Amino acid sequence: MVTLSVNGRMQQVDAAPDTPLLYVLRDHLQLNGAKYGCGLGQCGSCTVMVDGQAVLSCVTPVSVVQNRRIKTVEGLGTVADPGPMQRAFIEEQAAQCGFCIPGMMMRAQALLERNASPSQAEIRSHMNQNLCRCGTHMRILRAIERAAAAFKTGGGR
Amino acid sequence: MSGIVAAGISRRSFLAGAGALVVSFSLLPRLASAQGEGGSAAAKTPALPESLRGAPLLDSWIRIEADGRITVFTGKVEFGQGIKTALIQIAAEELVVEPQRINLITADTSLTPNEGYTAGSQSMQNSGTAILNAAAQVRVILVELAAARLNIPAGELMVQNGAVRAAGGRALTYGELVTAQALHVSARPESVLRDAASHSVIGRPLARVDIPAKVCGEVIYVQDLRLPGMVHARVVRPPSYGARLRALDTSLVERTPGFLKVVRDGDFIAVIAEREYQAIAAARVLAKAASWDEQTKLPEQAALDSYVRGLPSQDTVILGAASAPDFGAGAIAANYFRPYQMHASIGPSCAVGLWRDEGLTIWTHSQGVYPLRKAIAEMLRAPEERVHCIHMEGAGCYGHNSADDAGADAALIASAFPGRPVRVHWMREDEHAWEPYGCAMVSSARAQLDTSGNIADWQYEVWSNTHSTRPGRAGNLAAATQLQTPFTPPPPEAIPQPAGGGDRNAIPYYKFGNARVVHHFIPTMPLRVSALRSLGAYMNVFSIESFMDELAKTAAADPVDFRLRHLEDPRARAVVTTAAERFGWAAYRRQQGRGRGFAFARYKNLAAYTAVACEAEVDRESGRLRLMRAVAAVDSGEAVNPDGIRNQIEGGIIQSLSWTLYEAVTFDTMRITSTDWGTYPILRFASVPDSIEVNVISRPGAPFLGTGEAAQGPTAAALANALADATGVRIRELPFTSARVKAAIGI
Amino acid sequence: MRMRGVLVRLRACAFGLLLLVGCASQPAIDSTEPPARAAFDAALIARGAQLAAIGNCKDCHTASAGKPYAGGRPLKTQFGTIYATNITPDAETGIGRWSEAAFRRAMHEGVDRQGRHLYPVFPYDHMTKVTDDDVKAIYAFVMTREPVRAETPPNRMLFPFNMRALVGGWKHFFFERGRFQPDSAQSTEWNRGAYLAEGLAHCGACHTPRNLLGAEKKSRAFAGGEAENWHAPALDAAAPAPVPWTAEQLYRYLRSGLDDVHDIAAGPMAGVTHNLASVSERDVRAIAVYIASLATEPTLARRKRSEDILAYAKRAQTSSAAAPRAAAADAPQSQSGAAIYAGACAMCHDNGRAISSAGALNLALSTAVTSPTPGNLIRIIVQGIEPREGERGRWMPAFAGALTAEQLADLTAYLRSEFGMAPAWRNVDAEVRKVMRGKE
Repeated sequence: MVTLSVNGRMQQVDAAPDTPLLYVLRDHLQLNGAKYGCGLGQCGSCTVMVDGQAVLSCVTPVSVVQNRRIKTVEGLGTVADPGPMQRAFIEEQAAQCGFCIPGMMMRAQALLERNASPSQAEIRSHMNQNLCRCGTHMRILRAIERAAAAFKTGGGR
Repeated sequence: MSGIVAAGISRRSFLAGAGALVVSFSLLPRLASAQGEGGSAAAKTPALPESLRGAPLLDSWIRIEADGRITVFTGKVEFGQGIKTALIQIAAEELVVEPQRINLITADTSLTPNEGYTAGSQSMQNSGTAILNAAAQVRVILVELAAARLNIPAGELMVQNGAVRAAGGRALTYGELVTAQALHVSARPESVLRDAASHSVIGRPLARVDIPAKVCGEVIYVQDLRLPGMVHARVVRPPSYGARLRALDTSLVERTPGFLKVVRDGDFIAVIAEREYQAIAAARVLAKAASWDEQTKLPEQAALDSYVRGLPSQDTVILGAASAPDFGAGAIAANYFRPYQMHASIGPSCAVGLWRDEGLTIWTHSQGVYPLRKAIAEMLRAPEERVHCIHMEGAGCYGHNSADDAGADAALIASAFPGRPVRVHWMREDEHAWEPYGCAMVSSARAQLDTSGNIADWQYEVWSNTHSTRPGRAGNLAAATQLQTPFTPPPPEAIPQPAGGGDRNAIPYYKFGNARVVHHFIPTMPLRVSALRSLGAYMNVFSIESFMDELAKTAAADPVDFRLRHLEDPRARAVVTTAAERFGWAAYRRQQGRGRGFAFARYKNLAAYTAVACEAEVDRESGRLRLMRAVAAVDSGEAVNPDGIRNQIEGGIIQSLSWTLYEAVTFDTMRITSTDWGTYPILRFASVPDSIEVNVISRPGAPFLGTGEAAQGPTAAALANALADATGVRIRELPFTSARVKAAIGI
Repeated sequence: MRMRGVLVRLRACAFGLLLLVGCASQPAIDSTEPPARAAFDAALIARGAQLAAIGNCKDCHTASAGKPYAGGRPLKTQFGTIYATNITPDAETGIGRWSEAAFRRAMHEGVDRQGRHLYPVFPYDHMTKVTDDDVKAIYAFVMTREPVRAETPPNRMLFPFNMRALVGGWKHFFFERGRFQPDSAQSTEWNRGAYLAEGLAHCGACHTPRNLLGAEKKSRAFAGGEAENWHAPALDAAAPAPVPWTAEQLYRYLRSGLDDVHDIAAGPMAGVTHNLASVSERDVRAIAVYIASLATEPTLARRKRSEDILAYAKRAQTSSAAAPRAAAADAPQSQSGAAIYAGACAMCHDNGRAISSAGALNLALSTAVTSPTPGNLIRIIVQGIEPREGERGRWMPAFAGALTAEQLADLTAYLRSEFGMAPAWRNVDAEVRKVMRGKE
């Protein structure tokens, strides 16, 4: 049994300690946000936040995140009540297939929670870890800038 | 009811409930996998609009419930191109309702029309035009029903927000109108379309209907599907093409946690476990317990261009005289090369299969649920009716990737494990190594200028494999070729002109004195290949548009002027001049290490017009080429969702930039060696341009023109031309890696 | 703390001495008009390009995101931060007005055109060995780069090191001028390698330990040093690689950054191998032959151990039941480290990378776990290894953020005992804190 704090809720999970967090989130907790993209920590589709930092859940064993704050895209808001990062992505129409987008949002969220006024260069360098194959990059960058403006005025949820 | 012919045509019984108005088009069969990429179907019912011609039996497009709910059916699928939103806009426009009221159902072999594949940038041209006409005819029926009920001439009624209204405030909602009876009608040849000038939904950038759920982590993708009692499977693929399983020891894997079953049929092996990570761990154990005999000899990668040209080919002159023209001493010639490149979907392929009550259901992100059903039925030696394929979104596929193969895996594993749903997800390295790639191609161009510097004689040849090995036949499914009794892939076929496959866009859109184009179709396929976004057009446009610049240079002409001199179609000229103006072509001042490039193509010579102007920068020391900014102009006919078009073109530019700068599948003499993002690098944020501007030229009332693949070719050529402008060096081999550019520009 | 105080005083005395013997400067050499490209023979430029790559000039003289050779890269030393200079032929901000003689004097004597001493962060103690001919070729190469107008930021040296005259004193004690002298007892190839490695390639600048005043300890050449916070492993008999390097393996490694049974090039070495990829096979082989000769013939015990390790790594690749190497320790720290290894590392490093592709290095083969200090291992775990933009290469994710300081320490200690089979490192916690601070 592993005890996890996911999106503010403490949960008990029956998983082997070496199971990557990604599979615990998807398979045990039925959360869809983190995606399997490579399982090698290369593409960033599985990015979630742990203690405020962007973390690749596909190579992070669940044993190391016990009793740490895990946040997934489901923790940012819902379709009925989207958070500022999600609103920004919707407003900029920053998705094509959308598969990489939750990972993008979580990495961006980690940046903006630390620094709500990043430069364009800082955003690009921070986001460089995450891959997008549809070529939605320009919109993703605009969405992050839009979210940053919202963070500055109203906080980031 | 004038003009509407009641017809008792075939249609699903569940759609025939009381209170539903159904307008159906009975259409002719349309098959052949090749046509999925845009092959022209025979015009068998010329009176119907193009999209309604020569297609198979389609059931129902539009249904209106008694409570006024509207359901629209399409055989096309969403994979991020925004097709759902655009189709809803079309239906809403012609039905005169708010888009929010329309529920759209996409490809499902028991619900929707069979529209073959969602491929070839044809969804708007096919499904869009079909729904446009269907919705218009439904509206006319509703007005006529209201006219009868209100006893007012149809001409005096107006349609507004889901109701038919008469002067004086009397109104009947669509729901009220269809309660009386179910109608079975087939389409008439002509539809009464709303005046394009009054369009209020078409032409507006409606927000994509799929994005909110995607950014909030809802169940969207087949990867997210969780069915009660679902188990997880992983396939252990052979280490190389054609490898045979020599021995398999299952004793260790059977002791792994959560283990349920090893499925083996010939060289196909998979393991099922309760939990997903248990299946992965078990598959690793199983992989080590398998020993293989490898046999394939792959070509020498370093000499791929000459290898491709040396393979036996079937040659077709697709334009001009049978024999080559006489080129004088002043002729200019160039050869171009493109390596194998991959779809490299960001999410590996996935499918869920359930075998129950002697029937199989497959949830799949295939681009064609009907052809996949046919292939799976053949593989399982079962009647097609026993197989039900339901589309769910996957990660972007950009053509025929492993989605169908994963569907076949799920079919094999689920039928060996009846009663519980089985989810199969490919591992990244298998997606990279086993997907069917876009094929390696070679082209050769030769031309001669006349005394005024215009192109007098032109010859272009292209060597290519097929660009479609899509299922429809079991032999095109990876797993089916590995079974104890294997299926062999059907012989490859060329996709005919005008759409073409390897010769897509091989015929220049320009007017030359004499032009001759030859397609050398190569049946031998050393690597597995199929449709990759834009098929041969990427290579042909790259070649032709690079060569146009080489000729312009010889003619001492400005590249944009030179193109305009050979371009007659006013719409083509319009995108060229718009892109040039918006870029600031005429006033451009070259800075050190930088250059500008231009390219144009009309996709398939019959779909969207696209021109791209760009500025690029070259680091002389490392050879690193960087796209700084791109300005595109696109004419897709009447733009249904301008932002959707912009999104597609922006994405196409960036994806093509990635192909063009970095991408080549690598292999040694036996195995594919591009197995992850480290061995198949793609574009990352550090190389994203500073800006991309897309100018949409809308033509209200004009037919919809496919756009999804239109940017691939022009982007590559514009970049090649910018590189040449910046350095004075022409590179004709893709990709433009730093090493290749550095080698070309020298020290 | 106490130790530190002593060091400071020692250094203060030393500098007094340096000032006494130092001379302020040398005469300026007349400026010239920047030469045109046509002034140089193409073959000479091409040879210069190869030599500049061996010299790794670009890596120091280019700022991150800056133009090549335009300088501006901060080089942090214990004496302050020095900014690499602009060596493009820009007349105002680069070396466009430097004659070949001025350039040669800089290379051989560590003095700029104006006659000022250069800080020895520019390794003229190695460049002095380069032949006049080679300097000429490098000059031709450098002077035909694109001129870039870029002012070099002023150095930020701690007092008293901001006094350039001190450098004159430093040279008096530590700088030995003069060209390379071949060893007639050795082969031509060995001598070529020695000439390049001792001179232009300045291998010792990182791989040789330095004294308090930042000079290489000649008596301990190649005994292991430091570069940009990374440990540069010993190349002599004390080389920590679990499998002793052969010249052939070194050659592959130097040209590609990769060798099947050794660590991938990381840290500053990644740039070195990237540059050597463009250098002639002959020269890289020569360097490999010379470097391989620095480590004496491995002892029987070392060879035996190396064979055991190779056999173990091979077994792990094909068997699912590879036994742990060390006896399982019961300490909670070791258990935590083992669980992290199993979940985060093993899927690539142990089980073969996932289902059907080649694996990453088995950590029993890793020099990072057998090094005398844990810094490299911790840095690799925290920062990962990424291929260059658009280029093929091995890719290991960065675990910064995923692991807490404590977990990182547990993992490091576990890898050391399990795969290094070596005595525990004593300074793991401190190193972890240092690396994590650097990352934030």
